[in-house]
Amino acid sequence: MSKSKRVIIEPVTRVEGHGKVSLLLDENNKVKQARFHVVEFRGFERFIQGRPYWEIPVLVQRLCGICPVSHHLAAAKAMDQIVGADKLTPTAEKMRRLMHYGQMFQSHALHFFHLCSPDLLFGFDADPKIRNVIGVAAKYPELAVQGVMMRKYGQEIIKATAGKKIHGTGAIPGGINKNLSIAERDVFLKDIKQMLDWSRSALKIAKDYTVENLEKLTPFASFDSNHLSLIRSDGAMDLYHGNLRAITADGKKIFDQVDYTNYLDYITEEVKSWSYMKFPFIKSLGPQNGWYRVGPLARINTCDFIDTPEAEAARKEFMAVTSGKPNNITMAYHWARMIETLHSIEKINELLNDKDLQGTDLVVKGKRRSEGIGLLEAPRGTLFHHYKINDDDQIVMANLIVSTTNNNEPFNRAVQKVAADHIDGVAEITEGLLNHIEVAIRAYDPCLSCATHAMGKMPLKVTLFDYQGNEIASKTKE
Amino acid sequence: MSKQITFSIDGVEVKGKEGQTILQAADEAGIYIPRLCYMEGLVPHGSCRVCTVIVNGKPQTACTQPIAEGMTVENDTPELKEHRRNIIDMLFIEGNHFCMFCEKSGNCELQALAYRLGILSPKFPYFFPKKDIDATHPDIFLDLNRCILCGRCVEASKDIDRKGVFDFVGRGINKKIAVNAEANLKDTNLAIADKAADVCPVGSINKKHTAFATPIGKRLYDVKPIGSEIEERKK
Repeated sequence: MSKSKRVIIEPVTRVEGHGKVSLLLDENNKVKQARFHVVEFRGFERFIQGRPYWEIPVLVQRLCGICPVSHHLAAAKAMDQIVGADKLTPTAEKMRRLMHYGQMFQSHALHFFHLCSPDLLFGFDADPKIRNVIGVAAKYPELAVQGVMMRKYGQEIIKATAGKKIHGTGAIPGGINKNLSIAERDVFLKDIKQMLDWSRSALKIAKDYTVENLEKLTPFASFDSNHLSLIRSDGAMDLYHGNLRAITADGKKIFDQVDYTNYLDYITEEVKSWSYMKFPFIKSLGPQNGWYRVGPLARINTCDFIDTPEAEAARKEFMAVTSGKPNNITMAYHWARMIETLHSIEKINELLNDKDLQGTDLVVKGKRRSEGIGLLEAPRGTLFHHYKINDDDQIVMANLIVSTTNNNEPFNRAVQKVAADHIDGVAEITEGLLNHIEVAIRAYDPCLSCATHAMGKMPLKVTLFDYQGNEIASKTKE
Repeated sequence: MSKQITFSIDGVEVKGKEGQTILQAADEAGIYIPRLCYMEGLVPHGSCRVCTVIVNGKPQTACTQPIAEGMTVENDTPELKEHRRNIIDMLFIEGNHFCMFCEKSGNCELQALAYRLGILSPKFPYFFPKKDIDATHPDIFLDLNRCILCGRCVEASKDIDRKGVFDFVGRGINKKIAVNAEANLKDTNLAIADKAADVCPVGSINKKHTAFATPIGKRLYDVKPIGSEIEERKK
C-alpha cells in the first residue's frame, strides 16, 4: 500500500467565496494529489423550481453580489427563448449589452486593482500585512483611487440600465424595461475619456508586469489546457452573445460555431465526492482530457480578433508572446483581463454614441416555448443557464454551469503544480506555499459562491495530512 | 347636501360629511392614516387593524368608524406607530415575503408601509410556513406565500365582479384564501379584467407575463412614501 500525507489550505483569501486546499503527500513527502475543495452548498437549481419564469432573471442573480448582472442577463436570454423572442429590438439588445459591458468593466477593475494588484505590486512573498488593498492605497494611492472610480463608473452604468447597482430588474423576458435617457448618457460621456485612459494604463501595468517577469511567470502554476468561450459568427470576441468554440492547448479547434442551445451534446459535468463544485468537460474528449479553461485568458485565445481597435492591438501584442499560439500561462490571466477591460470601455463608448439606446421599442414576444437556454461570457468565463417550464409557466428544471465551475479542474491543476514546486521532501506548510497557492487560484478570479450557488467569506486554511491520513500541520489565514 | 361634521385629528380641526368614516374624512383633508386592507370602492371591514386610531380614548378602526361631531381622534402618536409596526412585522413573518425577487416590489403596499414606518429588519422570528401556489390560470398567478389575508380579492370578486371566486377558509393561523372551484384557479370563472385581479396590495395575485415591466425609479413608491398622495391634498 502506498503511503501518503495530506496538506489542507483553508480558506483561500482574496477570492469571492470559500474554499480549501488539501494536499496528499507520499511517504517521501512529494505531492501525490492536490485538491481544491469547494465546501459550500446552496441549491439554487432546486429551490427555484415552482417559481414563475418571469421571476427568474431577478431571482437567480441573488447567487452573487459581485457579478449579478451576468446571471440576470443569462437568465433573461433563456427567458427570451421561453417567450419566443428570437430577435430583440435594437434598443433592448444594446441596453443589455451596455449593462453587460458595465458589469465586465467594474468586475475586472475590482479584481485587478483591489484583489490581485497587491500580489503584482508587492510580490507574491511580501508580508501579507502590506500585501493587501490597504497596502496598495498607502503606497500607490492613485491606483487605488482609479480602481474605485472605474468600479463606480461600471456600477453607475449598471444602475442606469438595470435600475440598481446591485440586483436590478432591467432585463425582462423579451427585452428590457427602460432605455437610456440623453441626460443619463451625457453623464457617462463626460467621464469616458478618463476611463479609457485609466484602462490603458491598467493594461500597461499588467502587460509590463507579465513581460518583465515572463521567465518566472511562465512555469508558475501553468499547464496546457483546452480553452472554451462564446465567439461571434465572424470569429470576433463577443462577451454578450455568440456560438461556442473550444480549442486545444496548441490551438486546434475541438468544435466551432456550435449553437449554444445544443451545449448538452458537447459538454457534460462530473460530480466528485469531495467538492460541491461539479467538473464540466468536453464530451468527445472525456473527463480525463476534456476539461478546459474559461475566462479572459480563454477568450483571448479562442477569438480570431477583437472588434475594438485598441483592445485588438493589445490582443496582438499578447498573442505575440506565444508566437500566435494559445497562451497557457496562468498568470497571463491578469493581462488578458485588462485587455478585456479596455475592450469593454471601448464598447461602452461605442454604445453611448448609438442613438438606438434612446429608442422606445423595448420588448418583443413570439411563440411560447417550454425550454430556454441562455449563455454569455461573464467576467470569469462562460456562464450557462438552462431552464424548462411546465404548461403553467413554472420552472421544473434548472441547470446552471457557472463560470468558475468551468475552471474547477484548472484550479486543481494550478494547485498541484504550485504544491509540487514548493513541497519537496519536507512535510511543512511554509508561508511561501500558502502565498503561491493563493496567487495561483486568484489568477482565475474565482467566484466560489456562484460556482456552488453558495455564499460566505473566503478565508484560507491549509492542512497537511501524512500518508496514513493523520493531520500533521494546519495553517489558517483570515 | 349632507350635513357637515367637525371633529379633530391629532388636534387639527377636520370638516367631514355625515356618513363618512374617519379614514374617508381624513383622506379628503389630506391627513394620512396608514391602512392595508382598506381600498376605496370596496366595503371596509377593518380586518388588518393597521388604521386603528384612538377615538375619544378608545381604539377604533378608522376605515369603519363613522365620524361624529366633536370627536377627538389620535392618529400620529408614538404608541399607535408602534402598534402599527408590530402588525406589519407580524404580517411579514407569518408569510414568505421575499421582496428582493417579488415582482410587486416597489408597488407593494405592505413593503411601502414597512418603509414608511421605519421597519428595516424583522423583529420577530420567521415562521417560514408552507403555502400554496396556484399557477394553473392562464393569465393569473396566485402565490399564497405573500397573502396577508386583507380580503380585498374576496370583496372585489363578490361585490364588484359578482363572481365570488375567492373566499376565506380555516381559522386562526390556518386561515387562508381559497378559490371557488373543485380544484384550481383555472376552474373558476376569474378573468384578467376582473376587479379581483387588480386589488391585491401585495404580490399574491399577479397578472402573468407582465412582471418587472416598470423600471426601478418609476414604480409607485420608489420616490415618495406611501400616503404622500393623500398628504398632497392638504390645502
